[in-house]
Amino acid sequence: MDPRSVRLRPVGRTAALVEVGDAATAFALATWARSAGVDAVEVVPAAETVLFDGVADPGALAAALEGWSPAAAPVAGEPVEVPVTYDGPDLDFVAEAWGTDRDGVVAHHTGVEYVAEFCGFAPGFSYLAGLPADLAVPRLASPRARIPAGSVGLAGAWCGIYPTASPGGWRLLGRTDVTLWDQTREQPALLPPGTRVTFVVA
Amino acid sequence: MTLHVVETGPLVTVQDRGRVGLAHLGVPRAGALDAPAAALANRLVGNDPTAAVLEVLLGGLSARADAGCWVAVTGAPSPLLVAGEARGHAHAEWVPAGATITLLRPETGARSYLAVAGGIAVDPVLGSRSTDTLAWVGPPRVEVGAVLPVGPSYGEPRPLDTPRTPRPGPLRVTPGPRADWFVDGALDVLCGSPYVVEADSNRVGLRLDGPPLERRGADELASEGMVLGAVQVPPSGRPVVFLADHPPTGGYPVIGVVDADDLWQCAQLRPGETVRFSRRPAPPDPGSATH
Repeated sequence: MDPRSVRLRPVGRTAALVEVGDAATAFALATWARSAGVDAVEVVPAAETVLFDGVADPGALAAALEGWSPAAAPVAGEPVEVPVTYDGPDLDFVAEAWGTDRDGVVAHHTGVEYVAEFCGFAPGFSYLAGLPADLAVPRLASPRARIPAGSVGLAGAWCGIYPTASPGGWRLLGRTDVTLWDQTREQPALLPPGTRVTFVVA
Repeated sequence: MTLHVVETGPLVTVQDRGRVGLAHLGVPRAGALDAPAAALANRLVGNDPTAAVLEVLLGGLSARADAGCWVAVTGAPSPLLVAGEARGHAHAEWVPAGATITLLRPETGARSYLAVAGGIAVDPVLGSRSTDTLAWVGPPRVEVGAVLPVGPSYGEPRPLDTPRTPRPGPLRVTPGPRADWFVDGALDVLCGSPYVVEADSNRVGLRLDGPPLERRGADELASEGMVLGAVQVPPSGRPVVFLADHPPTGGYPVIGVVDADDLWQCAQLRPGETVRFSRRPAPPDPGSATH
């Protein structure tokens, strides 16, 4: 992709999808668009795109985005520390995949600063980037029917924490007691896009 | 005043115009599925358009009002009884204190809207009183025994309103952001045959059975933002039209987007009924931003 241009795809008459290629750039564009007051009801960063929904004039969006540079560093978000009890059912699987033991998994997992790049799947579920690509692990071939709230898992090089009990196919390392989603809080998500996350042993 | 819920049918929820600006946190928009019908019910009883109403799936609601109030029922024509007496559809009706309001199962359509003058005044959650049935953000679904607060009435009901003329037609669809993921002519397939509404359709999506829509390749789409009315196509090739409680992101390609003006029809379709699509021209290409 030409790093100096982003492609816009129309989505119906009042939305457009902007292709930027990766989640970090999508997060950076979404953050910029909010601060710049780009006309959209929803700005939704994802793995490779940003959706601008509820746009009165999608034709004007391309011009509005001229003010953004993909090279601009994203604004650093708030730091949050998440204590984890490392007793997940997939610790041994991950240890083998990483060529280490359980303690090695904990050391790798706690040794990285993650960034919440986007939310999805469920309210408060943040996709945390930071693990190097060579530590990517495959999802379970068949998802577990029920994963308890607070479970900390990996899928590919993403790390995530289940805000509520749900089915899921991520490789589980452990669990945390922090409340990821509380709809009575003014900021209901603990880890909105941009948050810097570190894991510590509980 | 309050409404005391005595009976419910398959699903009764509180709905207003939905929750905006939170899709990036994974929160569905929610809101009345047949938005024009909900808006009409509010107008009939003199409410502000932002007032919350009850969305009643296939009737079965019975509730007692502890004070006199104006009500109106719109959407699917559920017969309305007040203290056992038949009253009008899409018409402001007076309910005396202590009387019971009953919505019977409608003969056609699926979702009726009950507006009460003053609006259903449950506590808003994140700026809206709507219940989202995907992640259950918002007030809980309305169950037997619920006591629903009603706000102060705004004034007299409107003596007359023009109910929306029901003019169902094909769902107009514009080519979607991933139309190029499908074989040539896939949109013509979508617009060329009737699709049957499946039993697992709900507020999240209208699930359809019919000629499958074939993809060009087997690539996986990276998860991306989804809009209301998106026609998402999972590997089965059977389209799903995303409705108010759709997940804010999704990983299946969107072949088309149904016009917002036509989505009310999706609220009123029952399993086994058919729906048709008609093609609208692609929106102008917004182009690209260069730096």
